[in-house]
Amino acid sequence: MEHLEYQFAGGRTLNDAQPRIVGVVASGNLEVLIEPMALDGKCAIDIRTPARGFAEVWEAVVADFFARHPFANVRVSINDNGASPATVALRLDQAAQEYAGAAMKAQHQ
Amino acid sequence: MRPRSYFEATARQRIDGILDAGSFVELMPPTERVVSPHLSVFDLPVAFDDGAIVGRGALDGRPVLLSAQEGGFMGGSVGEVHGAKLVGLLDRARSERPAAVLMLIESGGVRLQEANAGLIAVSEIMRAILAARSAGIAVVAAIGGAFGCFGGMGIAAACCDAIVMSEEGRLGLSGPEVIETAHGVEEFDSRDRALVWRTVGGKHRFLLGDCAMLVDGDVPSFRAALIELVGAVAPMTLESIEREHEMLSRRLEAFGTSNDGHDIWRKLGWPDPEKIPLMPTDVFLAQARVPT
Repeated sequence: MEHLEYQFAGGRTLNDAQPRIVGVVASGNLEVLIEPMALDGKCAIDIRTPARGFAEVWEAVVADFFARHPFANVRVSINDNGASPATVALRLDQAAQEYAGAAMKAQHQ
Repeated sequence: MRPRSYFEATARQRIDGILDAGSFVELMPPTERVVSPHLSVFDLPVAFDDGAIVGRGALDGRPVLLSAQEGGFMGGSVGEVHGAKLVGLLDRARSERPAAVLMLIESGGVRLQEANAGLIAVSEIMRAILAARSAGIAVVAAIGGAFGCFGGMGIAAACCDAIVMSEEGRLGLSGPEVIETAHGVEEFDSRDRALVWRTVGGKHRFLLGDCAMLVDGDVPSFRAALIELVGAVAPMTLESIEREHEMLSRRLEAFGTSNDGHDIWRKLGWPDPEKIPLMPTDVFLAQARVPT
């Protein structure tokens, strides 16, 4: 297994956010766990993948993700099982949508 | 919009559709990261819930405990953590006393990478199901996922008070591929889908009396059946077990020499057994006679 870690700064914090998990660790798929955490304003992304040697691709995919969804104080943990970059990007978007949606719902209650 | 397919839904999507909206509270959620301690030895990926989701919620207003296995992660296989979560849930039922424990089963059985721990876990699950039933808690299983219910979980399902299946659901001990591997393709062709379904599929299980209800393969149909079954389960007694054993003896006497689902269906009085797999569920149920 390869363990990759990335951090991004300059995002904004969502109040009342709750942890969310999307996806399943099936073949060619992945799960994304996104949760609020006090990280000095950082967004930390932690990846475990059985496909070695794809760090550059992962870096590009998660950098794009942070550009679309600049969250601060968020920990994103990925258990990958050989997903394609497009699948990873879609799962990350799904996680971000659920995370932001749950935070908005909590604020309106 | 068509109702969500139970067959295609993930374990978490099934929970959302089975329980009353917003009532589910997960125990040992993925944020706790209680993952398999064995898979890293094989350099295999883990899942934060180890493929088993457990918790409490409400079913039509009644408190229930619920487990859901995720077939997409290693075929829903029972590893050490996965099994311990199911056992813990069933044990909890005896002190918490919910209206029922619902087990949304999708599993090929023991996770081979965790062989001994998984085998022990399966025996503990069976014991915990029977202990919950002895304490007067109904344990009801639902089977309708792509990976079916096989191996140790096939035995565990048979230990429950009642089972609801869809036609697509499959229930058995050795799965089709296992039989073919052990006894050869002449004995059982696991790629012959018609043969597989008339041996372990939902309609056949219903006609034999192995599952109490057969439903269409959508999530709301499973929810409605679970509500009905939870309200209808009778307590386990010595008499009820003896009745079940008598039913099994009669079944063996009636069908013990049958070699194919078609033979059994013909003996059950179906004039055209070949047509059964093509029948819509409601048409099939209107004509089905189930042994008691």
